[in-house]
Amino acid sequence: MTQIELRGVQKFFGAVQVIKDLNLKIDTNEFIVLLGQSGCGKTTTLRAIAGLETIDEGDILIDGQPVQHLKAADRDIAMVFQSFSLYPHMTVFENVAFPLRATRMSKADVDTEVRAVAKVLQITHLLNKRPSALSGGDMQRVAIGRALVRRPKAMLMDEPIGALDAKLREEMRAEIKRLHLKQGSTTIYVTHDQIEAMSLADRIVIMHEGVLQQVGSPQEVYAHPANLFVAQFVGSPVMNIATAAVSMVTSATQVAVGGEGHAFQFPAALTGQLDAAKGENGSLAMGIRPEGVLVARESREGYLPVEAHIIEPLGSYDIVDLMVGKQLLRARTRSGYVSGPGERVWARIDPSQAHFFDTVSGKSLGVRL
Amino acid sequence: MAHIELRNITKTFGNHVALKNLDLDIADGEFFVLLGETGAGKTTTLRLIAGLEKPTAGQVFIDGVDVADWGAAERDVALVLQQYSLYPRYTVRENLEFPLKSKIRRVGDEEIRERVARAAKTLRIEHLMERKTDRLSGGEMQRVSIGRAIVRKPRVFLMDEPLSALDAKLREALRTELKDLQRRLGATFLFVTHDQIEAMSMGDKVGVLNHGKLIQTGTPKDIYDNPHDTFVASFVGSPPMNLMEGRLAGGRAIVAPKTFELPYDGGAKSGGIGDDRALTFGIRPEDVSLESDGPVHAKVHDVENHGVEKIVTLRVGDTTLRATVPARTELEIDQDVRFAWNPKKVALFDKASGVSLRHAG
Repeated sequence: MTQIELRGVQKFFGAVQVIKDLNLKIDTNEFIVLLGQSGCGKTTTLRAIAGLETIDEGDILIDGQPVQHLKAADRDIAMVFQSFSLYPHMTVFENVAFPLRATRMSKADVDTEVRAVAKVLQITHLLNKRPSALSGGDMQRVAIGRALVRRPKAMLMDEPIGALDAKLREEMRAEIKRLHLKQGSTTIYVTHDQIEAMSLADRIVIMHEGVLQQVGSPQEVYAHPANLFVAQFVGSPVMNIATAAVSMVTSATQVAVGGEGHAFQFPAALTGQLDAAKGENGSLAMGIRPEGVLVARESREGYLPVEAHIIEPLGSYDIVDLMVGKQLLRARTRSGYVSGPGERVWARIDPSQAHFFDTVSGKSLGVRL
Repeated sequence: MAHIELRNITKTFGNHVALKNLDLDIADGEFFVLLGETGAGKTTTLRLIAGLEKPTAGQVFIDGVDVADWGAAERDVALVLQQYSLYPRYTVRENLEFPLKSKIRRVGDEEIRERVARAAKTLRIEHLMERKTDRLSGGEMQRVSIGRAIVRKPRVFLMDEPLSALDAKLREALRTELKDLQRRLGATFLFVTHDQIEAMSMGDKVGVLNHGKLIQTGTPKDIYDNPHDTFVASFVGSPPMNLMEGRLAGGRAIVAPKTFELPYDGGAKSGGIGDDRALTFGIRPEDVSLESDGPVHAKVHDVENHGVEKIVTLRVGDTTLRATVPARTELEIDQDVRFAWNPKKVALFDKASGVSLRHAG
């Protein structure tokens, strides 16, 4: 049962501010993923919570108690790193038992605790081996075991599976998720991999240049990105972003991209919502994910004629580049649906999947149709 | 512009056989991708064509001419590597001009200017021309490297994992750019990669290489829909094809050992496959569906969220298999579900050899 809270946290490395006024509340048993590119401040944030970095301003609270002045050892938090940092001269058992040395626990109790953790992580058969005899995945299991054995208040993980190969990474990701469901400890997990974040997190915290961009469930972050950065960071292939000119025509709203004469039909409600959000032509961008660009092979009501450009067949689906005037829009279609480059097809934007951003601030205008 | 042919190429390094009886035919103007894991022989193949290695046996033809006695320079191919190897103290312009200023080429100043300008325009690096290359981003550097290849107007472009060192977003953007470039130049490209997404998305044709042997050549669609063996089936496609051992019995697929059974509808193809034959069943994740009244019970082992869709790992006894489901599907770990598969989309492989029964003939 551990809550963690950051209040107005600021951190400088010399003249560079790496964390800018960070506020975040993490609930008991929550799985939080800090997501961002290298250099965004995610690891520094994690290390500050662990007590491995000092902060220049603000408070870090664990269960309501400020801990920023406590040493790492007194915060009762366990950390798992990408490099496993096991003791090579000790057996797996000794490695896992190591954090219990200082606790004056009886030998029998240590044995019980280590075996319990080993069972959860399925490394019981490895207890007498040395780290050099283990695979990468098993080494990381041992490192996690060593973190868990103390029953810490919270688990902090810094790209724990980043160094493993793709297949093992997938396997370990599933294991970490199951472990969390079983143990239910408050977990903060740092990664730059958006699929990892989407698959593991209860809530994702997206950071960029030291600034928190958005906090939300994977679904929220994907479907309702708060700004252009989040919109283009989460999701693959990347969301299409096009400068848009909006006009009202009788009972519908038209959104033109790629120059005049290429206007997509939207419900009239869009105009009202854009007005309310003070979204003005000239600083308006429409965002649409490839699956929100609907493609037809024949002319249909509300569809614009467009030309197919490069087609990327990806097996179960294709990504088709469409030229709408001067604007390139990437669409996701059924495999083989558009036969080849140069083909004339028709496209429409699904209004319920469209996003509108202010290009000056980058912020989403919160339009929902 | 060139047609490239490798005939029965074998290459050994000491005791190690890097390539074995390799036949490869790359048509003029084709974007050919050689796909394989580290050590499969991809780079060796490329270096043989470039003239940087000599085959132990077999012949290399460029436009029908055996080039065994031609040096690397005479073959007139351009190599683009993962490492950019630009001259750091030179500007982008100087880097692009460099290959043309060599004495053996004798290209006039006017023509150099023209070719460099055209390459810069093609690659959208005109605004970078006076910049020193050490002040470029990774993607810009790779564009300049490609530019250095383009200005020479080589007969063939050989590219060895040129996108591998770039980050994911940039790789995604450059994939289409490179394919677009190849179409506009109408040039022959041989592109080597270990990334099946690159192979699928860019190649007109893909050759899958494993342990020095060419396992299958075909369009991306051929290879995805009709993999030659279990290696190709599990290598191409993400997530990979589900492979499960079992046998056929009375028109049903029995997944061993007595884990579950599902209908199989291979049409005429299944005729003559004895019920006792040990098989490996292959089914793509998009052909497995969760249905409340599906024939088989499973537990949700893991859920991978891609935003646009979810990839669910299902567990039936000791067998796991993946299914692609719509993003809005709500699933919990260890939830009980039922699933079905598309009986028409099941591929059959011989269990012992791994070869698809369709390819075995």
